[in-house]
Amino acid sequence: MERYAQPTSVKEAVELLATDGWVMLAGGTDFYPGLGEGPVSGPVLDISRIDDLRGISRDDDNAGWHIGALATWTQLVRADHLPPAFNCLKQAALEVGSVQIQNRATIVGNICNASPAADGVPTLLVLDAQVELTSARATRRMVLGEFLQGNRKTARRPDEIVTGIFIPDTGARGASAFFKLGSRRYLVISIAMVAARLDLDGAGLVTSAAVSIGACSVVAQRLPRLEAELAGAGAADVASVPEARHLDGLSPIDDVRAPAGYRLEAALEGVRRALAACAEVRS
Amino acid sequence: MNRHVPPPVTTLTVNGSEAVVASAPYRRLSAVLREEFGLPGTKVGCDAGDCGACTVLVDGEPVCACLTAVGQVNGASITTIEGLKRDGSLSRLQDAFLQFGAAQCGICTPGMLMSAAALLASGTVPDRNQVEDALGGVLCRCTGYAKIIDAVLFAAGSNTVAPVDAAQQAVGKAIRRVDGNPKVDGQERFGADSIPAAALMAKVIRSPHHHAAFELGDVDRFVADHPGIVAVMTAADIPGVNRHGVIPQFADQPVFAETEARHRGEAVAMVVGEADAIADLKSEDFPVSWTELPHVLVCDDAMAADAPRLHETRPGNVMVEGLVQKGDVSAGLKKSTHIVERQFSTPFIEHAYIEPESGWAVRDGDTVTIHASTQAPHMDRDAMAAIMDLDVGQVRIVPTACGGGFGSKLDISMQPFIALAAWKLDRPCGIVYTRQESMRSSTKRHPSQITLKAGCDSEGRITGFDFKGHFNTGAYASWGPTVANRVPVHASGPFHIASYRAHSIAVHTHCPPSGAFRGFGVPQSAIAQECVFDELADAAGIDRLEFRLINALADGLPTATGQVFQSGVGITACLEALRAPWRKARKSAADFNAGRSHLRKGVGLGTCWYGCGNTSLPNPSTMKIGVTGDGRIVLHQGAVDIGQGASTVMVQIAADSLGVPVDAISLQSADTAITPDAGKTSASRQTFVSGNATRLSGEALRASILRHANVTGDAVIRIDGQALVITEGAGERRIDLAVLAPDSEGYVFRAEETYDPPTTPLDENGQGSPYAVFGYGAQMMELTVDTRLGTVTLDRLTAAHDVGRAINPLLVEGQIEGGVAQGIGMALMEDFQPGRTENLHDYLIPTIGDMPEVNSIIVEVPDPHGPYGAKGLGEHVLIPTAPSILNAIRDATGACVRHLPATPDKVMAAIKEVSGNG
Repeated sequence: MERYAQPTSVKEAVELLATDGWVMLAGGTDFYPGLGEGPVSGPVLDISRIDDLRGISRDDDNAGWHIGALATWTQLVRADHLPPAFNCLKQAALEVGSVQIQNRATIVGNICNASPAADGVPTLLVLDAQVELTSARATRRMVLGEFLQGNRKTARRPDEIVTGIFIPDTGARGASAFFKLGSRRYLVISIAMVAARLDLDGAGLVTSAAVSIGACSVVAQRLPRLEAELAGAGAADVASVPEARHLDGLSPIDDVRAPAGYRLEAALEGVRRALAACAEVRS
Repeated sequence: MNRHVPPPVTTLTVNGSEAVVASAPYRRLSAVLREEFGLPGTKVGCDAGDCGACTVLVDGEPVCACLTAVGQVNGASITTIEGLKRDGSLSRLQDAFLQFGAAQCGICTPGMLMSAAALLASGTVPDRNQVEDALGGVLCRCTGYAKIIDAVLFAAGSNTVAPVDAAQQAVGKAIRRVDGNPKVDGQERFGADSIPAAALMAKVIRSPHHHAAFELGDVDRFVADHPGIVAVMTAADIPGVNRHGVIPQFADQPVFAETEARHRGEAVAMVVGEADAIADLKSEDFPVSWTELPHVLVCDDAMAADAPRLHETRPGNVMVEGLVQKGDVSAGLKKSTHIVERQFSTPFIEHAYIEPESGWAVRDGDTVTIHASTQAPHMDRDAMAAIMDLDVGQVRIVPTACGGGFGSKLDISMQPFIALAAWKLDRPCGIVYTRQESMRSSTKRHPSQITLKAGCDSEGRITGFDFKGHFNTGAYASWGPTVANRVPVHASGPFHIASYRAHSIAVHTHCPPSGAFRGFGVPQSAIAQECVFDELADAAGIDRLEFRLINALADGLPTATGQVFQSGVGITACLEALRAPWRKARKSAADFNAGRSHLRKGVGLGTCWYGCGNTSLPNPSTMKIGVTGDGRIVLHQGAVDIGQGASTVMVQIAADSLGVPVDAISLQSADTAITPDAGKTSASRQTFVSGNATRLSGEALRASILRHANVTGDAVIRIDGQALVITEGAGERRIDLAVLAPDSEGYVFRAEETYDPPTTPLDENGQGSPYAVFGYGAQMMELTVDTRLGTVTLDRLTAAHDVGRAINPLLVEGQIEGGVAQGIGMALMEDFQPGRTENLHDYLIPTIGDMPEVNSIIVEVPDPHGPYGAKGLGEHVLIPTAPSILNAIRDATGACVRHLPATPDKVMAAIKEVSGNG
């Protein structure tokens, strides 16, 4: 029998993490598939009983929102106290696998798994998400784009636990939308994903824009040049701003789901649709 | 500092009863429920959250039990399918599943029911979209989801229209399945569900390479080093022949490879041990070394001069060829006004039944009994007798419930492993394949590469048809010869073509064996024929439906093999049934497209014909029916019901042929020791062939009872306790059954009859009468293409199928909807690649959200041979769907996709090709 620990506090958890090569278990929706056909192997650190990691809450001290490491996609969908900018994340939540998966899978687990096709990452990027990490020694916070380092690779050190995600109020302004393309309706890994968030002024002009694309590079990316060019555009025109050149920094792969060239085309179309959807919410 | 935080004791409330869990806290809840709590109603289809069969409610919320650590639900209330009944009766939801025919094989049913129960408990009155969202996480491979949606809407009170439920009537009536209850209350037992707790378990060691030599290391040491592991077995342990194959003259597949593995997933050895030890086994610890050898994965490579040869006796890696020709094709094409020549290809298609191969075997003295999921018990028995060097009488096959087959469970798979272990170790031994193992090792639909050149005259009459197809048959023969034979017979479609040539070539590659999959190659060839017909119709300026009617086969016209049917050819009736919907749909699409959106609507047609039963080979079925001394009428029904409804159909036929109500018939399901050989569940033959055997048996039993009573054929038979009451006019005879001498099986009356359909061999040009009956169909798909993304949304499918006589219309609709779903998967998403898509998230099958509305039109053109005029249906239904989709995409956009699947990128590329923008 493998070792299994179920700490009830972050302190307990990080003390354990300081020693052995634990495998972290939260929602389990990546943990078990990750076993392939083999048995559970190695000591398991089950963090699901740490009450401090639950919930999606307002953090007035830091002017933002906190998503606890145990918050599930279903809890996010049901959270009715969040500003409209979170709609893209809620739309993404409903595209994560199935209801069964959404009921168990955590948002933090999605970023820790660091799949290039992680449904949550593009939306968290446009919300300017920051990742909170804690070890027995220190606590640190970094932007999501830095946390994600590659395919299944993050900046989390072995002795650290991701305690949550912080969304600053500055990242939670305006309207947002999410676009996902797959080859079937449910339970599907994306061919391409887009998240967009637009903040418009009273005249309907873009004051700030955030756009990101997933499944078209090892880590989902923001499109800073496009974002800059969107500033000042009118709501009716935002969908015509994106061009292929804005996607130059992406590096999609050819695989069984789609060839690279198509991913880029679909992503560009997705950007236009997501921007149009943001503008429509406003109007 | 004590870092060892002891995990708390896990306590669960399961279906209302509290219990302490003994299993390790990181064990999957699914395994704990099944094995520790003895609740196997929760099914395991993938262990990865991809299929949803294991859905249970945790504090009312649906979760995948396979992704839930039991230690994480400490203190929670768990509801499984075994807990759905209310006061000992089926809930409204469970009852609706039976009433609407929402459960076919039943393996996904627990997941569907639990997901639906959570939706209904939420208090909303859902619409169709909400039902789809709630059930989107559960895959079904049988039903096409339509009846499931109807059942949930009905249970929720959203839809008050229920099908007619006429329990006292038989042939022609939409009665409930006679075997339905266990499917909705969690009591159905599939291959993995009844393995004795004390049984050993087997784990097969398989090749990770497409082609590799191997050497086993020190297996004795391996056994000694692993407590609980009892034995390792290899080819050397097989008592009989280490070879099997469903077609004896092509038998070429070893149980265990001997020196080299010819495909990824091929078995080389087996580890047998106590269940816990096998569960904890890491396959990579097994001592085997591999030397990779050159491999070929596609026909072109396999036929190259320098290609490695898979089987010494098959040069060029060609296993077999098939040919049907008549008339002068070259001359016919030469005089054509319009000619279209196109190439098509389709990939491997995985059956993706939700139940992986599983079962258990037990030795009892000199016999071995195999309880396993299968479509062909008597064939399994014969194959196992040869492998085990036993007489057939020493092998007994008791099929468990079969959680989907679709052709792949016609071949033996896990049976030799469990039988060998049980025999040699004299302990029961079970096995449950992992999803990946099932996908790697089981048979597939043949990939095809087809070239079709066809021409027509200015009137639209087909003047020449030249078809050539290469079929990738994988490493071993399996049903490849059948595919090679069936394709040339069927490639014409249900059309009259005077100058015809169809040539098929089955080629070996280092891939898993291609075998039987619903349609035996015909779905592939129909794509070519139907798509080329659309282009020819357009070239001739003739409406596409009328073009098909011009060429339709009819009574008195010869088929491609020269067979002439004097009655029963139903394709014209099917096409005519579509004429009004076709015109309406075309008009509606044209109106929509006039709006110049990036969305384009299209309508497409596909047709089918399909011969029922073996091709030009004997194909008997035997049924037995008896009356016991205590007044029970028992039907020995050996035609395995794999979800399609054979048991119900046979009971309906038995009831009418004997002249009693269906509920007077008790069912004895397949068991090679008890039921006569009804043949395999394949080739759409059970309703036709076994239905006839049932009819003959019922009629014979009736005749012998009436003879005993000395009355005429019009008399009415009724069971009254332990007596038969025979009424004729005003007269009544009473036969006291208890005083009659029973035979060795306890029957006082019995009949056993065989039916074998009349066929003739095919000559060297493929001419002859390969089947006694064909079934016919035509489908029309309406869809929407997003021309900026290449995505396809299916709006509505109208399916007209000639079944001769619908023994049970509810089951007919279920077959249509399920076949359509598989056709949709084939058209739009399915693509098995060895080593790449060996799971249910990389290999995609349609979900509940991918189905169009399906309107079934049941056409009944009686067949003179069929029972009550009935024809087969099971395979026909999926054949027209893929071409109807491809033709509708072309109708919408002009884009032709000829290399499947038509994923969004391929549709987009085809759109660009026709818009000159690529």
